[in-house]
Parts: sequence; structure tokens; C-alpha cells
Amino acid sequence: MACPPAVQSSVPRQPSVKVILASADVQRVVDRIAHQILEKTQGAADTVLLGIPTRGTPLARRLAARISTFEDVDVPVGVLDITLYRDDLRRHATRAVGPTQLPPGGIDGKRIVLVDDVLFSGRTVRAALDALGDVGRPASVQLAVLVDRGHRQLPIRADYVGKNIPTALAESVKVTLVETDGVDEVRLYGGANL
Amino acid sequence: MIRHLLSGADPDLATATQILDTAAEMATVAGREVKKLPALRGRTVVNLFYEDSTRTRISFEAAAKRLSADVINFSAKGSSVAKGESLKDTALTLQAMGADAVVVRHPASGAPRRLADWVDGSVVNAGDGTHEHPTQALLDAYTMRSRLGRLAGLHVAIVGDVLHSRVARSNVLLLSTLGAKVTLVGPPTLIPVDIAAALAPGTLVSYDLDAVLPNVDVVMMLRVQRERMNDSYFPSAREYARRYGLDGPRMRRLPDHAVVMHPGPMNRGMEITPEVADSPRSTIVEQVANGVSVRMAVLYLLLGGNNL
Repeated sequence: MACPPAVQSSVPRQPSVKVILASADVQRVVDRIAHQILEKTQGAADTVLLGIPTRGTPLARRLAARISTFEDVDVPVGVLDITLYRDDLRRHATRAVGPTQLPPGGIDGKRIVLVDDVLFSGRTVRAALDALGDVGRPASVQLAVLVDRGHRQLPIRADYVGKNIPTALAESVKVTLVETDGVDEVRLYGGANL
Repeated sequence: MIRHLLSGADPDLATATQILDTAAEMATVAGREVKKLPALRGRTVVNLFYEDSTRTRISFEAAAKRLSADVINFSAKGSSVAKGESLKDTALTLQAMGADAVVVRHPASGAPRRLADWVDGSVVNAGDGTHEHPTQALLDAYTMRSRLGRLAGLHVAIVGDVLHSRVARSNVLLLSTLGAKVTLVGPPTLIPVDIAAALAPGTLVSYDLDAVLPNVDVVMMLRVQRERMNDSYFPSAREYARRYGLDGPRMRRLPDHAVVMHPGPMNRGMEITPEVADSPRSTIVEQVANGVSVRMAVLYLLLGGNNL
């Protein structure tokens, strides 16, 4: 979601790719976040998982499935499209608007866990918080991310982090998931010293 | 994405589909606690209306306001236009005020096209003379899609004063892009001879409403404009209503799933009877609600990005 474009260099350099999390690692990380959510929310009562498209959506569904396996509680899952709340709309060609789907019970008075793949500048999460305020009034909002790569531009932090990856700004982190890309993987691209 | 929306033929299939899909998302805003989106904050939309049209103007105004744009309403009455200002000078004034989009309704066919050459912002045609009214066509297509689930392969009858109808023209163009088949129905005096071939190949013409009704998915009734009734296009209002008005018995000739549309305002008892207008097949009230969603989608797609 929040990856900058790969940096173009005038000197041709060996393209460097590093796999940070392989398929089995991704599954273990999702399992751990699911356990952490259960622990921190005392059994995930009154909790709703909201995925931020594109890859937050399947991650939220997986977390709900794992929570259901571990403790036999059904956590409602929804999708929160943040396109119309982005602060960079005018810097790009018009973006397509995706669907927002709230679970039937709504989000008022619930504990919301926002789910995204990569936490970077924090601007996506800022947009999600604004969008959330317009669709209802949750009791509290938490944030779960698969990867935190640092370089925050806003005072935002995650409550659940799958993996902290120290990165340079010039590098980019790419998460792929079976549901959207055919394979579970987290890769680190580029970087001047590689 | 297109820069202006002047004609029902402007959006290609992909763009038209994107507008309808976006409109479906915009429609969900109407059911929310906060019926507002921040997407067009700081943008200015001017409603430039040279003809009276309360419903279209407030529909555009509601759409722009729900997207947080600033709206300036400029109507010809009591303005500089009444003092003799030309369209071009008015355009340059709006330009100087920093209008990002101009929504224009004008009695002269082609006025929005001229306007598009004079302003830097986007121009949306809200009806020009007897020429086009593309957002009406988009909201009609949206209404058909939400009622019937698809557009490709639908058979749509457009009934009435096709000659003077900008709604009919825009609908034929857009529906042919979207893969629907159109039959124009009306008295021969109100259907231009070559219109079918000129607008979109494959468009059919019929002068017999009863023969067409059993084969259509949608019947769209056009308003008979009162000012035309004295122009000898048909012998009398009653004869028109008898031959081309949609009443209860005619409605029952339609297939069970077929819907009845009307762009409004209606002449009840003339082209449509109250029994039909108030029946569950009628989409007339939905069309008004869908108008806001579709116009939100159009304004967002024209103004939301940096494609100016």
C-alpha cells in the first residue's frame, strides 16, 4: 500500500531482492498476531477486524479464521476502502474507488482492529482513521500490520506487528499473499549498499 | 479518464463501467451517519444554468457538496447574463474565479462544447438545447443495471418526443456503448428520419408502441413538452396519450421483469398514467436518488486526481 516507487539509478546496478519472510514464516506471523489479538482483547469479544485494501483484506480474513480455530470465536470481518480519504489524491491520476463493507453488526461501540500489510509513512492509517470516523463511532481502534518498515511521517504506531524490518528509504518492501498474488512472501527490494 | 463530459458518447465502455461502479460506492454514502466525503475538498464547482432546472441543479449541488467541493450557483436570471454578457465573457469570469469544474445547462445545442474551449477546468454538460444530457443517461443506465443486474443485451424502448429530447440522444449513445439495444418509439413527426443510423448503428425505430412492449426489458417514457403541443407534431394531446401514453393495460403487456422509467418531470395523464407512475415497476423515484450518486461519481472521476 505505502511503498515508494523503486528508485531509478543512472548507474546500472545488480537488482537486489531479499526474501524477508517466506511462506511458512508468513503463516507463523499471522498465527502469532491472532494469539496476540486474543490476549490483548481478552478473547476478542466485541471486536471487529477491518482490512485496508488491497492486502489488508485477505490478512483480516486470515486472522479471523485463525482466531476462530484457536478459541472458537467468530470475529466479524469488514473492508474499509480509504481511497477518498487519501491526502495524495491530487498527486496522481484519479484512483478507482473500492468497496467498503462493514459487518452486519456495524462498528458502533466495537473495538476495531485495522489490518494492513505494510506500515510505512502512517498516512494510510491516518486516512483509515478519518474514514472510520465517518462510518461510525467505534469504542476503540487498534492497528495490526504484517510488516513495520519504519520511516513514520505521522505520530502513529501499530498495536500488533508481525515483523519489524529496518529499511532505508530507497528500499521498498513488497508483501505478496496467496489470495492476491498466488504466493505468501515478504521481499525487500533495492537499497544502495546491497 | 476523460476531461469533460459533454456527450453520452464521451465515455468508452471501460470509463462508463468505471463511472457506474464508482456511483455504486458513492450510493453507500447516502446511508451513512456522515453523508460527506473529503475527496474534493478545496475544489470549486460552478453550476452555470441558463435554463430553469431545479432538479438537475440541486442534484449536482448535492453531489458536489457530498464530496466537500465548494459550490457556486450561477443562474442566468438576474445575473450579468440578463445585462447582456456573452457566454465567453461569463466563462472567462468563472475561469478567473478559479472554477475547477463548470456544470452547464444551456438552451443552445453545443454551448458546453464551446465552453470547454474557453475554460481550463472540466465542463459537464447538464443539458444543452435538444442535443444531449449525458449525466441523465448515466443515471438511467445505473438504474437499469441496479434493477435488472446487467446492461449488455437489454432491450430498451425510448418512447415519445425523440426529436426534441436530449435525454433520448444521450441514452442511445451511451446504451449502445454499454451493449444494450434501443428501439425509438413515437409518432413519425417526432422521430427524425435518419436518427437511428446517425446516432448508433443497430438502433431500431417503431411507430407502434403496442407491438414493441412485449419484447422490451425497459420502457423509458419521455416528457411531452407543453410548448410542442401547439406545433402540430400530433393532432391533439388526447390522441397522443391514446397512442403513445403508457397506461395500465399497456403496462401489463410488458414482460414481468420489465421496468418503467421517466426522466421527470412527468405529465401524469399525458405520456404516463398515475397507475403506471406509482406502480412497483416504476423507477422514477430511484432515478432521482441515483442521480446524486452518479453525479458524485462523475465529479470525483473528473476532479479527484491530477488529470486536469
